[in-house]
Amino acid sequence: MQNIIIIGATSAMAKEVAKLYAIEKANLYLIARDTPKLDTIKQDLTIRGANTVHTAPFDANQFNSHQTLIEQAFNTLGRVDVLLVAHGSLPNQELCQTDSMKAIEELNTNGVSVISILTHAATKMEQQKTGNITVITSVAGDRGRQSNYVYGAAKGMVSIFLQGLAQRLSKSGVHVLDIKPGFVDTPMTAEFDKGALWAKPEKVAQIIKKRISKKSSFSYTPAFWFVIMTIIKFVPKFIFDKVKL
Amino acid sequence: MKKITSWGKYPLIDANVNAPSTSKSLMNKKQTGIARGLGRSYGDSALSENIIISEEMNHFISFDDETGLLSCEAGVSLDNILTSFVPKGWFLSVTPGTKFVTVGGAIASDVHGKNHHVEGSFSDHVTSLTLIVNDQELKCSRDENPDLFHATCGGMGLTGIITEATFKLKPITSAYINQKVVKAKNLETALELFEQYKDVTYSVAWIDCLSTGDNLGRSLLMLGEHADKGELTTHKDGLLNMPCDMPSFLLNKYTIQAFNSAYYNKQLKAEVNNTIHYDPFFYPLDGINNWNRMYGGNGFTQYQFVIPKKAGKEGLTEILKAIAESKQGSFLSVLKVFGEGNKNNLSFPMEGYTLALDFKLNDKLFALLDRLDIIVRKYEGRLYLSKDVRMSEEMFKAGYPQWEEFQTLRKEYGADELYHSLQSKRIGL
Repeated sequence: MQNIIIIGATSAMAKEVAKLYAIEKANLYLIARDTPKLDTIKQDLTIRGANTVHTAPFDANQFNSHQTLIEQAFNTLGRVDVLLVAHGSLPNQELCQTDSMKAIEELNTNGVSVISILTHAATKMEQQKTGNITVITSVAGDRGRQSNYVYGAAKGMVSIFLQGLAQRLSKSGVHVLDIKPGFVDTPMTAEFDKGALWAKPEKVAQIIKKRISKKSSFSYTPAFWFVIMTIIKFVPKFIFDKVKL
Repeated sequence: MKKITSWGKYPLIDANVNAPSTSKSLMNKKQTGIARGLGRSYGDSALSENIIISEEMNHFISFDDETGLLSCEAGVSLDNILTSFVPKGWFLSVTPGTKFVTVGGAIASDVHGKNHHVEGSFSDHVTSLTLIVNDQELKCSRDENPDLFHATCGGMGLTGIITEATFKLKPITSAYINQKVVKAKNLETALELFEQYKDVTYSVAWIDCLSTGDNLGRSLLMLGEHADKGELTTHKDGLLNMPCDMPSFLLNKYTIQAFNSAYYNKQLKAEVNNTIHYDPFFYPLDGINNWNRMYGGNGFTQYQFVIPKKAGKEGLTEILKAIAESKQGSFLSVLKVFGEGNKNNLSFPMEGYTLALDFKLNDKLFALLDRLDIIVRKYEGRLYLSKDVRMSEEMFKAGYPQWEEFQTLRKEYGADELYHSLQSKRIGL
C-alpha cells in the first residue's frame, strides 16, 4: 500500500493523480487552501477506493507553517512513497509588470513556497532513504517569454532547484521528478480556446504516475513538448524578439 | 466567447462557457442557458448562447455497498463510474452506446441501452436528484416534487440544472459478457429473432439499410448476458484516434454499401457464441477516439425514431425502403425493440421498434429526413431529442403529446425564462 502526500490537492492535475492512487487503495494525505473543496475530494477518493484520506489546510505563502505541515504529514503516514507538489497560480502578467508587490507575491506562490516545502521534505526523504518527490513546474520555465515571464521565472527557479535536489537525493535513493506540462485544459486555463496541443488533466496524471513508477527523469508532459521547447529554446534572439509568444 | 459544437459537429456556434465547481456558485450567480456534460448529444440540444459545463462537478458523494445506491455530482462520467465500480463488482443498470456521457446528461436525455425491453431506461434506476431552478435547490424523486422529477428525467436540461443524483448500480461477478451473434437474412427474420430472445437481457441488431428486395433489413442480432466467470477488470483507454476530419467524399454510396456488405458477411456461420469484455460489447466505438471525424468537416447527424409495436414490420419496411431508394445510406444502423415507456414527460422510449441511422450532412439530406418524418408521424412514432438537429415544432409536438404538461410546469417554476437550447427554441419550448 502506497503512502502519498499531495500539496495543492484541489488542482485539476493533482486531483486526477490522486484518483489513480485511490483506485490502488493508497493512503492519501491531501493539503490545499480550499477546505470545503478538500472535503468533497476526500469523500470522492474514499469511494474510489483510497484506504485512508487525511486532509490539512495550508496557505502557500505562510512560509513559517511549512515545517509543521510537512512533519505532521510524515508522522501521520509513517513512510512516504510519493510527495507531489502541485499548487500554483497563473499570474496576470500585465499586472505584474506595473505592480512589483504583485510580481513578488506570484514569485512566492509559484516559486519560493515550493522551495520552502521541498527544503523540509527533502530532509525527511533523505532520512527515510526511499521515496519520490514530484513537482509540477512548467514548460514556461524553459525560456522567458513576454506573455508570462514572471510565472516562467518562478517555475524556472523551481526546475533548477530540482536539478540540484535530484543530484543530492540520488545518493540516498530518493527519486526526484520535475514535471513540465505544456498546455493543460484546467480551470486555470479556462479562458483559452483549446487547440490540438492541449492535454486533458486525466492524461497528464497518467503520464505522471507512470514516470513515478518507472523512476523516469523525463520532464516534458506530454513528451512532444520536448520537441517544441527544444525549438523555442534555440530560436535566436533577433527572431525571438520579433514574435509574440 | 468560445467556439463550441456537439458530437455531430453541426452546428458550430459561439457561446459563453462557464464551468462552475460547486452548486453554491451556481446558485449565487443566476445562471441562464443550458447545462452541458461531455457534449455527446448529436445536435443542438446542448448548445445555447450561455453554456454551463458540469465537468468540474465530478465527485462521488456516497456509495452503499449493500444496496448499490450511488450518489454523485452530475458531471461524473459513466466511464469514471465503470473504472471505480467494476473492480468492486458493480455495473451500470443502464448504459448507452458510449461511456463518455455524464450522469446529468444521461438523466436529461433519459438514455436507454440494449436492455431497455427488460430494465427500462437510465432514469428508471434513479431514486432522487438535486435540481437548481433559479435560486432554489430542489430535491426531486418519485415522492418529493414528483412532477418536477418526471419532467427533469428526459427533460433535456430545460427544467433547471441537475447537480447531484442517486441511482442504483447492478451487481456483477464478471466484467465479461456471454455473447451470441445471430444472422438474420431480412427484417422479418430479425423481428422474429427479437421476439424469440425477448428474455435475454441485452439485445440489439446492426442492420444493413442499403440492402433491398428479399434482403431488405438483413441484420446481425447481438445478444448478451453478464457472464459468471471472468475477472472484474475495467476497460483500457482507446488505442486508436481519428487525428483529423476524414475527407468527406470517402464516404459515398459505394463505400458504404461495400462496408455494410462486408460487415454482414464477415460472420459466415448462422450463429456464433463467445465471451467478450463489456467494453467492446457495449462501447464498440469508444475504442476510436474522435470517431465522429470520420464523417468529414461538414459533420453528420443521427436520425433515431421509435414507432409503436403495432406499426411493426410494415412501418419499418416503409422507412427502410425510403432510405435504400435514396442511396444516402448509413454506416451504422441499429435496430432495437423497446419495452414499455415510463411516466416522464419527454422520455424517448415507448413500446415498439427504434432504428438509429447515421447520415453525413449534405444538401439532400434534410429533404430525405423530412420524408422520413412523414412516415414516422403516420405510424404515431417520434424522434429522439438527443440525436436531433432539425425536426420541426409540429413533428416534436405530434410525437410528444405531454409537451404541454412539461411547458406548464416549466412556467410554474420560471424555468422557461432561464433554461433553453437552440433545440428548445426550434421546437417551440
